[in-house]
Amino acid sequence: MESTVKLTSGNLGKRKTRDNLFKSLVIAFSVITISPIVLIIYKLIEKGIRQISLDFILKTPPDTFQAMTALGNGELIPGGIANGITGTLIMVVLASAMAIPVGVITGIFLYENPGKPLANLTRNISDILQGVPSIVLGLIAYIWVVKPVTNGFSALAGSVSLSIMMLPMIVRSTEETLKMIPESVKEAALALGVPYYKVLLKVLIPTGFSGLLTGILLGISRILGETAPLMLTALGSSVVNLDITKPTSAIPLLIWEFYNDPNMVDLIWSSSLLLMAMVLGLNLLSKRIASRSK
Amino acid sequence: MDEKTVKIKDPVLSIRNLSVSYEKGKYAVKNVSADIKRNAVTAIMGPSGCGKSTMLRAINRMHELYENIETEGTLILNGKDITHMPSIQVRRMAGMVFQRPNPFPTMSIYDNVIAGYKLNGIRMKRSERDDIVERSLRDVTLWDEVKDNLYKKGTFLSGGQQQRLCIARALAFDPEVILLDEPTSALDPVATAKIEDLLVELKENYSILMVTHNMAQAARISDYSMFMYLGELVEYDKTKDMFTNPRDRRTEEYLTGKFG
Repeated sequence: MESTVKLTSGNLGKRKTRDNLFKSLVIAFSVITISPIVLIIYKLIEKGIRQISLDFILKTPPDTFQAMTALGNGELIPGGIANGITGTLIMVVLASAMAIPVGVITGIFLYENPGKPLANLTRNISDILQGVPSIVLGLIAYIWVVKPVTNGFSALAGSVSLSIMMLPMIVRSTEETLKMIPESVKEAALALGVPYYKVLLKVLIPTGFSGLLTGILLGISRILGETAPLMLTALGSSVVNLDITKPTSAIPLLIWEFYNDPNMVDLIWSSSLLLMAMVLGLNLLSKRIASRSK
Repeated sequence: MDEKTVKIKDPVLSIRNLSVSYEKGKYAVKNVSADIKRNAVTAIMGPSGCGKSTMLRAINRMHELYENIETEGTLILNGKDITHMPSIQVRRMAGMVFQRPNPFPTMSIYDNVIAGYKLNGIRMKRSERDDIVERSLRDVTLWDEVKDNLYKKGTFLSGGQQQRLCIARALAFDPEVILLDEPTSALDPVATAKIEDLLVELKENYSILMVTHNMAQAARISDYSMFMYLGELVEYDKTKDMFTNPRDRRTEEYLTGKFG
């Protein structure tokens, strides 16, 4: 009994203060963590929203002279970033088409062969690949595709570099997702006399589908904003280009171009806002999918 | 077979010299031989780690999933030697129900029942499928509870209902023997009682081999009982005889609660 009395007396005040101190510290650091994203979004909306219109999505960028005239007259800069939007979409779709099948199948391989030397090697290499600087991937795509295949800068080369970036994320998320599925589900299917490959295709993958999708969406949102590798591969284009063997623009490439032209500065903000909205949208979508599956 | 093993005429399943090892030389099941009675409930009892689940899973070839496990011995199901039959075929003849209810989380109740056909790509008419689903769900007394919600996910059901759904899934294939691995250990007493009643009803048409941790359960519903200890089949007899007059000292000690 004596010890309880002690607990409630002298010590308690000090412990409460310490508790409160720690609580406020936690809250303060949380605020510090979330403030950059809030500030970024605020700034982008503040500076970029007025340029956003239907034209912004449907038209190509103006030339410097048009932009200068518009600025001189106090008008909004005409035109938009249609070439960047189509280029980004083409390259992301192509990169996904290359990276998703390879990544998912590799992830399945890693899940199926835990502890095997080849699987461990693959997993380690995939982790290393994730750390390769993106500009290096651009260089590699330049050597592999730009020179020998398309004989010049191209969307194909851009998407190859992006797909290499996506690959390790998809491999890892596939493996992790499959690992999360309880062994009992697998056993239930096997106990029904279902051949193993059908268990994988018809039970395990559908069960982990939302996890797979989340990984893929995060991978896509990761490559949406990549600029460096595209500079060495897709280069950019001032018109909408649908030929994957020709130089193609992308939203981040346009942002870089606008940055280099003092008359176009206003377009940086609206392009960034659109890019940010796409990335954020994909992130939120993947969060929703992930939470719905729980 | 020694004198501590009961003789069964026209068994549904004969287990001959079954041994399972997880490591070279370390046996989880040691040279077990037993005949399983047709249209009866046979219970396998024993303390944790005695090899009862391992033996059951060997019948359904679940061990083939794990490379380090080796199985020896002969299994004869309804007169056919299934030892070297492809595991896919064996598993369709021997339905398995697991410790924890494991309906397929992505499938509706309907699809769960018919999963064995669907996943194996067996095509049939809609009416045939409906019949199998209704018959299987009626067999497990789940039909009245779920008939209006057949297209809801199986995972929305309660634990006991899920386990009955899993039994229905095993029944849908009309298996020659149903293997149950502690089917009630994750369930509450009410759900357990329902499953027990169900198993007693099912034995009219099916042969049931179940592992149980629970002596009282074995006494309540089984016709025959095996007692396993350290991988060996110590005693196998009519449940009534074993509980009233165990022939092995270890069985007696287990049944009287000296260990377990």
